[in-house]
Amino acid sequence: MSLATPDGHLKKGCLVEEREASILIKGGQRKNQLRCDTDSIAGCVSQRACVYCGARVVLNPVTDAVHLVHGPIGCSSYTWDVRGSLSSESELYRNSFSTDLKENDIIFGGERKLARAIDELAERYNPPVVFVYATCVVGVIGDDLEAVCKKAASRHEIPVIPVQSSGFIGNKSAGYRAACDTLLRLIEPRSADCSSGKKHETKSVNYLGDFNLAGEAWIITEYLRQIGVEVNTVFTGDSKCGNIKKAAGASLNIVQCAGSMGYLARRMDEIYGIPFLRVSFLGVEDTSASLRSIAAFFKDLRMKRLAEELIQRESAAVKPQIDSYREKLRHKKAAIYVGGGFKAISLIKQFRELGIEVVMVGTQTGQEEDYRTLHDITDNGTVILDDANPSELERFMTEKGAHLLVGGVKERPLAYKLGVAFIDHNHDRKHPLSGYAGAVNFAREVQDTVCSPVWKYARGTGGGIYAGI
Amino acid sequence: MLDCTPKEIVERSGGVINPAKACQPLGAMYAALGIHSCLPHSHGSQGCCSYHRSHLTRHFREPVMATTSSFTEGASVFGGGSNLRTAIKNVFAIYNPDVMAVHTTCLSETIGDDIPTIIKSAEIPAGKVVIYAHTPSYQGSHVTGFCNMVKAMIAQLSRADTNEKEEQVNIIPGFVDPGDMREIKRLTGKMGIKFIIFPDTAGVMDSPMTGRFHMYPAGGALVDDIREAGNSAMTVALGYYASGSPAHLLERNCRVPAITLKTPIGIKATDDFLMRLRGKFAREIPYELEEERGQLVDVMTDTHYHFYGKKVALFGDPDILIGLTEFLLSLGMRPVHVLTGTPSGTPGGPKGVFEREINEMLAVAGVESRVKAAGDLFELHQWIKNEPVDLLMGNTYGKYIARAEDIPFVRVGFPILDRSAHSYLPIVGYRGALRLVEMISNALLDRQDRDAADEDLELIM
Repeated sequence: MSLATPDGHLKKGCLVEEREASILIKGGQRKNQLRCDTDSIAGCVSQRACVYCGARVVLNPVTDAVHLVHGPIGCSSYTWDVRGSLSSESELYRNSFSTDLKENDIIFGGERKLARAIDELAERYNPPVVFVYATCVVGVIGDDLEAVCKKAASRHEIPVIPVQSSGFIGNKSAGYRAACDTLLRLIEPRSADCSSGKKHETKSVNYLGDFNLAGEAWIITEYLRQIGVEVNTVFTGDSKCGNIKKAAGASLNIVQCAGSMGYLARRMDEIYGIPFLRVSFLGVEDTSASLRSIAAFFKDLRMKRLAEELIQRESAAVKPQIDSYREKLRHKKAAIYVGGGFKAISLIKQFRELGIEVVMVGTQTGQEEDYRTLHDITDNGTVILDDANPSELERFMTEKGAHLLVGGVKERPLAYKLGVAFIDHNHDRKHPLSGYAGAVNFAREVQDTVCSPVWKYARGTGGGIYAGI
Repeated sequence: MLDCTPKEIVERSGGVINPAKACQPLGAMYAALGIHSCLPHSHGSQGCCSYHRSHLTRHFREPVMATTSSFTEGASVFGGGSNLRTAIKNVFAIYNPDVMAVHTTCLSETIGDDIPTIIKSAEIPAGKVVIYAHTPSYQGSHVTGFCNMVKAMIAQLSRADTNEKEEQVNIIPGFVDPGDMREIKRLTGKMGIKFIIFPDTAGVMDSPMTGRFHMYPAGGALVDDIREAGNSAMTVALGYYASGSPAHLLERNCRVPAITLKTPIGIKATDDFLMRLRGKFAREIPYELEEERGQLVDVMTDTHYHFYGKKVALFGDPDILIGLTEFLLSLGMRPVHVLTGTPSGTPGGPKGVFEREINEMLAVAGVESRVKAAGDLFELHQWIKNEPVDLLMGNTYGKYIARAEDIPFVRVGFPILDRSAHSYLPIVGYRGALRLVEMISNALLDRQDRDAADEDLELIM
């Protein structure tokens, strides 16, 4: 069945009318204007989250911080150690701290309880920084977080920073911005010896938008070290308060997940004059291109040579493995539904490296620019959609005959129910998917799920699960 | 590395560290999924809905469908009425469930949305039903939210048509897995008793693979059955916290006599459940169930020496812990630390039921222990540091403590995020008890094998 009418519009019927502007088919008449970055419609099964969620996922990998959630218990319970972001040192961030507001706190205000919580945690753990997250109800009852945090900061002589993350003030992207604003408050002004005149002499970068899931930032940090670049801090993955404070001393910001960290990069450019470079370390092609562009930025011949050597060496090392996976996976079809635009774009390239065709691609929080790129790089007939709901995912995966879905926690069982293989490219990933090693891991994961014999028992074409037995 | 918990216990008043509870709307969502063709709706910001769906999905490994009012800044200033009306229209237009079950959140409760009035003013297609429950996250826990949604089902659906009562029993199973609900139905069915069970997530949250995605899987209690519950001769509520007050509401509204029993975990609580059914409906316990009981006792006697005197720390939801404590005591184990995150008061009922029930059982057994409601896992960890145990039982979050203290760990309760198949298999009934015996002895004996020196490794244990 074709999804599009002859003039390239989507067929009506299964979709909510308001949703039509958020879905398009590459090659259809409607050009690449997709409505995105809007609020979800009330009454839809949205796969999206809230401001707090966005702020929490960005800040959580600051490992030596106390992350205190000011609100009733839920927001803290559901984000307890779900990030999959690894630490080389402190494990403090893997605890769940909440003011656990009760009815009386809602009526009389939660400020005093918050102050007590900060005091108790600061005394017990002696952290270098406390982040205090505002939740929905705190935004409504009007607790003055700034004031409470300011007083606590002077009592304990550490930064105590409120995160303006009440769930209703926007979507997940607003939470990314709230987190970036919080990080900006932590970054200390550049010291005199690394003022702008000298900045290209130190080959030091901040790496933005890698959350060190399954240790991914470590892989990239090691590549950079090999070509003579020092990573000052990662925003945020295995990040420590002390390094974040010194972030202004870096001479370049490299940005992977621009959806969450583009704002911080722009602000650091405005405030500290640190230029930024968009990179992606997903897949062989993007990893090589990113290393080259970093070396080009520093205009350093030795670095360029080292980068080429590394690219040669690593690409050659992984090529036979990727080729063998490609043999098995060629002509399979994949669907992508992930959080942000950068990941979707990189995944399309990565699937191409494996000979897999992408038949559907969507994001929760992609921006207009991301969707333009997606439109440019996809094949004709690919469905592109923003903020999809499960019915849409089901419909397009089924109609397009996808063998594999890449998504997050809520998409996994949906794919499985359809007899479609699945890869978690979110918090629940179990292997690093970045860099050359990650490209092999990715290919292996694709193979392990797509080629599993369980689908023989699971797929119901026509006659249900007993068909063909 | 993960051990950030000091041994010394200091009084705290600034909230929770490492919670042993979640919030009301999560439980309400789970309860609503126990109605056939029901779409739960979260009246709040979209993060709430997303978190609850993720959390339930991670435990059950099933798609969890629910909609949200997607509150924005405007909604929180001017009220969420128009969001909810739009949502109701969209839900029936797009997803076409038989029932939409609205639950509130801390946000919509705090701004004071008048849910019943909003629902009355909404367009609801003929033959469709919208029910609602107040589930503010700043009261109780996910167990309270489950209870409140069950009360909503009764208040808004159940009817008494006549004074004559039907020869049938209502069963409210409480916040347990679909595998448990299946087992409760199987036991009652074996007794030959006509019954209505709700909520019933069997066939919804443990649905089979068919190669298709079913928005509304085959299982779940029918609206007509929940309505008909008002005509039953008795309600058996399993669990004081999740099920007790709904049963009493049905008693008040429809004059259906209610009894509240322990969640039937272990031999005694299962006996009590079956004997109550037999007493009221005057039927024999069938041989098959006697056989199952006999098998359980057989295994308990075969293995009792593994268990005797072993100290256990357990945490989780109050109803589960009450049943579990009783069963552990019947094995000769000593539950020295028992902690729930759920506050002590039963919804709309008396305070201290959890502590009283457990302390009474411990007193009879002569076991001294710490029992606490509204606690957190930080505190439990401190207790264990001060009085070490041989075994820890609880949900997945216990793995941090188990690792830090190097103690065997049995996963039981909600949520279990790092193991699978648990939601298909019961811990209730004789079969469930047998499964618990197997899990506990495997954990203890695997540890013994692991720790044994070469010369001490035993083939026969």
